[in-house]
Amino acid sequence: MKCKKCGEKASVNMRQHKLALCKEHYLEWMPEQTERFIKKYEMFARHEKILVAVSGGKDSLGLWDILTRLGYHADGLYLGLGINGGINYSHESQRLTEKFANQHGLKLHIVDIEKEYGQPIPVLSEISHRGHGKPCAVCGLAKRHEMNRIARDLGYDVLATGHNLDDEAAVLFGNTLSWSADFLLRQSPVLASTGGLARKVKPLCRFYEREMTAYCLARGIEYIYEECPFAEGSQSIYYKELLNKLETDRPGAKLTFYLRFLEARKSGGLFVEKDSKQAHLHPCAKCGQPTSAPELCSFCRTIEKAKEVMPTVTPT
Amino acid sequence: MTAKLILRDKEYEVKHGMALLDALKKCGVVPESVIATREGEMILDDEILKDGDEVKLIAVISGG
Repeated sequence: MKCKKCGEKASVNMRQHKLALCKEHYLEWMPEQTERFIKKYEMFARHEKILVAVSGGKDSLGLWDILTRLGYHADGLYLGLGINGGINYSHESQRLTEKFANQHGLKLHIVDIEKEYGQPIPVLSEISHRGHGKPCAVCGLAKRHEMNRIARDLGYDVLATGHNLDDEAAVLFGNTLSWSADFLLRQSPVLASTGGLARKVKPLCRFYEREMTAYCLARGIEYIYEECPFAEGSQSIYYKELLNKLETDRPGAKLTFYLRFLEARKSGGLFVEKDSKQAHLHPCAKCGQPTSAPELCSFCRTIEKAKEVMPTVTPT
Repeated sequence: MTAKLILRDKEYEVKHGMALLDALKKCGVVPESVIATREGEMILDDEILKDGDEVKLIAVISGG
């Protein structure tokens, strides 16, 4: 297969676009497309300060690399979750993130959950009894809370995450299976800043996971290849595998599924949005972030519960 | 007279002369879920596998 731009041997074939490119042209095409998506969805402007949530994985490091190559002011935020799983998962992902930041001379903020809140994620999860024996629910909760806190406290205009199209399609698939209207209405490449919540953007939302892997390989970006030990058997991975089987037989199925959803959502053809939703949010009595709970937000309640059970916990 | 496909801790042997896409399907690997590399370079589905080829498959799915 030949590169569509130069005729040399292609390294990447994107069947959904009927486009094959050599390594060199692929590395040009990815930032060009990212810039197109940033503009199309009005994610952020040139002068704005971007905080990139980096996990050490291919998507977030790839995103940080692309934004930097495009000349944006993008700093990184790494959250130390304290996950070991027999493979030193958090330690290794932090090492790779720091290595990337150092190699490229980029600013990286590191927040260690255990140092901040007294316990690592798996222990917080166990104590709070959230998530049916898996720490993923507490992990997601803590990540959302901390990313927003740091973005807000350090004055960033926007928080960027490395969600790719496969992530978005898997979430969409799950929410469609259960017809979770509220969640479907909230899924978007851009979540505008509202009372205490930083603006969130997903510049990679139209790239397949495969394309992000190819980008990191072509750029020589070293990322954590091992899966989070708690992700094994997860629903989202199962949905991704299902969608990839579909994609193999019907190239472009994932892209169409997601883009048609965005179009339908934008046109208002899916559901009638309730204006009253946002009005129920108020600041958490402890951290000040928006919550629909009566006093403390879910995250602060989790931490309070951990302190009750283990009184030695001393939040910093 | 075989080529080898390696995915994490699994190894598959296939006949040389096959296209990569056919080899992946024969091994039950979903082509969309991997990227194939040979000697560190990415190769595409239409690549014909040669005798002695060692193809490393990189899983692309992540997340929980």
